[in-house]
Amino acid sequence: MTEPVLQIDSLVKHYGQVRAVDGLSLTIGQGEVLGLVGESGSGKSTVGKCVLRLTEPTSGTITLGGRDVTHLSRRAMRPLRRDVHMVFQDPYSSLNPRFSIEQIVSEPLLRHKLASRREAYGRVAAMLEKVGLRTEMMTRLPHELSGGQRQRVGLARALILEPRLVVADEPVSALDVSVQASVLNLITDLQRDMGFSCLFITHDLSVVEFLADRIAVMYLGRIVETGPTADLFAEPRHPYTQALLSAAPVPDPVKARERRRIVLRGDVPSPLDPPAGCRFHTRCPLAFDACRTVEPELADPRSGVHPAACHLVTPEHRPDAAVPGRTIEY
Amino acid sequence: MSLLDVTDLTVGFDTEDGHVHAVKGISFSLEEGEILALCGESGCGKTVTAMAVPRLLPPQTTRLSGSIRLDGRELTTLPEPLMRQVRGKEVSVVFQEPMTSLNPSFTVGFQIAEVLRRHENLSRAAARNRAAELLELVGIPAPAQRIKEYPHQLSGGMRQRVMIAIAVACSPRVLIADEPTTALDVTIQAGVLDVFRDLRDRLGTAIILITHDLGVVADIADRAVVMYAGRAAEQAPVEELFARPRHPYTLGLMKALPAAAVTGPAGRRRLAEIPGMVPSPLADLDGCAFHARCPQRQDDCLAARPPLVRHGPAHLAACFHPGHSGEQP
Repeated sequence: MTEPVLQIDSLVKHYGQVRAVDGLSLTIGQGEVLGLVGESGSGKSTVGKCVLRLTEPTSGTITLGGRDVTHLSRRAMRPLRRDVHMVFQDPYSSLNPRFSIEQIVSEPLLRHKLASRREAYGRVAAMLEKVGLRTEMMTRLPHELSGGQRQRVGLARALILEPRLVVADEPVSALDVSVQASVLNLITDLQRDMGFSCLFITHDLSVVEFLADRIAVMYLGRIVETGPTADLFAEPRHPYTQALLSAAPVPDPVKARERRRIVLRGDVPSPLDPPAGCRFHTRCPLAFDACRTVEPELADPRSGVHPAACHLVTPEHRPDAAVPGRTIEY
Repeated sequence: MSLLDVTDLTVGFDTEDGHVHAVKGISFSLEEGEILALCGESGCGKTVTAMAVPRLLPPQTTRLSGSIRLDGRELTTLPEPLMRQVRGKEVSVVFQEPMTSLNPSFTVGFQIAEVLRRHENLSRAAARNRAAELLELVGIPAPAQRIKEYPHQLSGGMRQRVMIAIAVACSPRVLIADEPTTALDVTIQAGVLDVFRDLRDRLGTAIILITHDLGVVADIADRAVVMYAGRAAEQAPVEELFARPRHPYTLGLMKALPAAAVTGPAGRRRLAEIPGMVPSPLADLDGCAFHARCPQRQDDCLAARPPLVRHGPAHLAACFHPGHSGEQP
């Protein structure tokens, strides 16, 4: 098996008392798109920042292309930054307003001394064409562009060095539906053509269903369930994933009104003091005694089924009263 | 006569760059106990349309014409002191951002009671009790404790419920909710939408819901107005709208949703795109504002502006070449 492009082991990131990420492991294979899904405060963006070392992990390891980068100095990290790039959510604040589009997109090439200015011009022009922007755009400033065009510039900047991994943090959430559609099509095309791996961070289930190969669902700093996209949507196993899927808006009035929604009690607990046992037990409609004391592991006892960190799917703590079987009935 | 009748509403703003045509003649009505969605993308004029009803637009720069009648009473010309009695009592608003629309230095109980004391002349104690009842109505547990708390002590979902409690404190006839769940997580959004549904069912409140999210429209609205560039492109009962969208823009929006992805050549998943961009609100074209982006366009689309035409019971669309009664145009 080829080496994973990204491997995260037992990642912990605490901001003071806030346990943003609290023991998270995942891998992304060559050319794979992993959708990291979670609600606000789940820690999904912190994972992305740790991968790029934009923030220092508290503990755990991050391995990029087989190399442990967790403790590399800034200088030692620098050449590796060619291989990992980021696309940000807000196309308004993530581009320098004083730089022309050409300067923005060529900066990685010049910074890594991979091209002279003249060579850079040609490569920027080619890259802009790939992301669907005309070369006239090169002299423009970000404020002259629409939100969708800016996000295309963000993609061009992230992809100009042909990185092996792209971390995209809610890249389409600020865009209107019609613009979002064209940017999502573009990301899919670029990913297929260039073959980069992608950690796609979002709260929007329909977006990851569209473009991710695999999904990891986060809740309060941990992954509660992970699996191939189709499996996870067809058969969500963790009660939180089930609630999330059942609450997602469906653009069909007949289906939207017929379906049974699982309404969760209360709010997400504070990451300052996550609940003991299963972090989801305070809102889980199926919680039983063991859930309040024993933290479920994300290990899967049976082969061929995707893992979920829930005592109902890892049977040793499950009381006989709880329903066995593949899906949990309400 | 409907509860609310908006007729040929036009709203413009004087800006440094010129006159911005935000809303260019929109008409709709709202019945008692109805949930009407005003939907469309950024800049389509949905918020300006709705905020014109309680007259919350800046009076110095706003140019408004047309008629807004609440129970037959014209609101556009109502003197401000009388309008103040309408606002918050007969027409109230829930804003998008629950973080900034509550005052951080007063308890939530005080902020709910303030409305009651102003409009209903309740005593301090009676207003406090009613505030707790209202928090219970919007699904906040332990309301007697919560009324003593400050906004920062509440989560986003709870704050939005407090905003709704303030808005419905005087049992308004019309509740305007501007993207009320956009800032919330989906599991919280579902609960807040239930609160609106419940208010309509129990109090008969008519609701204007401003949203960009067709999923929310499908979930909760009875009827929807799809807006584009300051005008209504289409208007229909929600089930009819989703089953038989007639305007190419409505259909384009529905097909652009990730849920509507189709598998294209080489097994690639594709979304339908709407090419081009929304026209500038500084200009006002003669023809159909959507024509440059429209797959159905023909020569006549540029020559004249298509009027809203009836395509079925309560189904209106402003298009010369609408989709047929089937799913595909």
